[in-house]
Amino acid sequence: MPLSLQEVQRIAELARIGISDAEARTVQAQLNDIFELIGQMQKVDTAGVEPMSHAHGSALRLREDKVTEGDQREQFQSVAPQVEAGLYLVPKVIE
Amino acid sequence: VLNASLKELAAALAQRKISSAELTKLFLDRIARLNSALNAFITVDAEKSFAQARAADERIAKGAAQPLTGIPVAHKDIFVTKGWPTTCGSKILSNFIGPYDAHVIERFNTAGAVILGKTNMDEFAMGSSTENSFYGPVKNPWNPYCVPGGSSGGSAAAIAARMAPAATGTDTGGSIRQPAALSGASGLKPTYGLVSRFGMIAFASSLDQGGPLAKSAEDLALLLNVMAGFDKRDSTSVDHPAENYTRDLEKPLAGLRIGVPKEHFGLPPTWARRWRRRLRSLKSSAQNAFRSACPTAVFPCRRITSLRPPRPRRTCRASTACATAAAQRSTATSPICIAARAPKASAPKSGAASLSAPMSSLTATTTPTTSRRRRSGG
Repeated sequence: MPLSLQEVQRIAELARIGISDAEARTVQAQLNDIFELIGQMQKVDTAGVEPMSHAHGSALRLREDKVTEGDQREQFQSVAPQVEAGLYLVPKVIE
Repeated sequence: VLNASLKELAAALAQRKISSAELTKLFLDRIARLNSALNAFITVDAEKSFAQARAADERIAKGAAQPLTGIPVAHKDIFVTKGWPTTCGSKILSNFIGPYDAHVIERFNTAGAVILGKTNMDEFAMGSSTENSFYGPVKNPWNPYCVPGGSSGGSAAAIAARMAPAATGTDTGGSIRQPAALSGASGLKPTYGLVSRFGMIAFASSLDQGGPLAKSAEDLALLLNVMAGFDKRDSTSVDHPAENYTRDLEKPLAGLRIGVPKEHFGLPPTWARRWRRRLRSLKSSAQNAFRSACPTAVFPCRRITSLRPPRPRRTCRASTACATAAAQRSTATSPICIAARAPKASAPKSGAASLSAPMSSLTATTTPTTSRRRRSGG
């Protein structure tokens, strides 16, 4: 299901990205290339292929529910650009 | 010495023909000379490297050396390194000093290797040309108009230019193998789970794997001997008895069957000719070299495109590389992605506090000289 130019422009608008018509056509082709890839993958016959989540096939290890890490606050605070009273200071992003 | 294999370097160190401090100085001097042109390193810190080299020399004197003791190794700046700036090629981490060592760094330190510096890379490993670093693009040492490949392009260029005898990289969808190929180095993506991802800044966790870059398969095997090993801090690390990867290096090729998935080799004619010639030479040593048709070989590429977060790919392609490299810089990138990234060419504010004097000047010279284009939109 290829994307139309209008759909690309609509997505750009929703994402608040300004693109020219020429750019929109480039992006349209790139996005449709990705749909094309997905189409190719969907054509693969996977009947009889056992689904797997990883090539390993090994189960994840379990460990005891115990605290193993010591307190490293000072160390982590020491590499932060700005700290105060044990807190990390960040630029204000919400008015 | 610059072209010596790791085995030869280790032998020279053992016979006291050269000290680790001298070896480290040799490569640091070479970095100081070449880095302004190639930009392969983001950080070097001579003081820290020499401290490790002196410790290695003492260890060698005591007869307690391991195969890589005293050998300088350059690390991709994706590995968290205690006391070293660890930027991952990004402005966001420009003031981040590693609070601990990645497992890979730990293994090299335990082996007595010397940290030579941190190599340049595509920002957060997302790229295939090492042009997408906040610290400026890396040049291919064979031709500055070509890209070195990426994302481990700094490590590959460092090996190719003999600025380091060995280096580390990481590979999610080609980030070791591809820059090694484009720069004329040897590189290996180890089997997933062999090398711990602890302290290795993630890109796509189920695909990322650290691995070595060097000048030969033998060197790669020696490096992998150090890098590979079980680590309980990485839940996908495989608990597997240690192997000696140099074991089969001397075995003859005769009797081996070599499969070539030809779908991976859509090369331009000049390259294809050379590739076929190489294949024929293998064929004469291996009995049954053949080109296999492996029609499903294309699907892993499709899979990886769909699994990893999208980023522009600007790989310099084969013989058209030189012709297009300059053009690429101005046209080939998706404008949306450039606008979203908007890297600026201002002086990198790396963890300057920990940089020694020679590196401060080095950092200054590695600042990108041309300002990155910021396109409309975004």
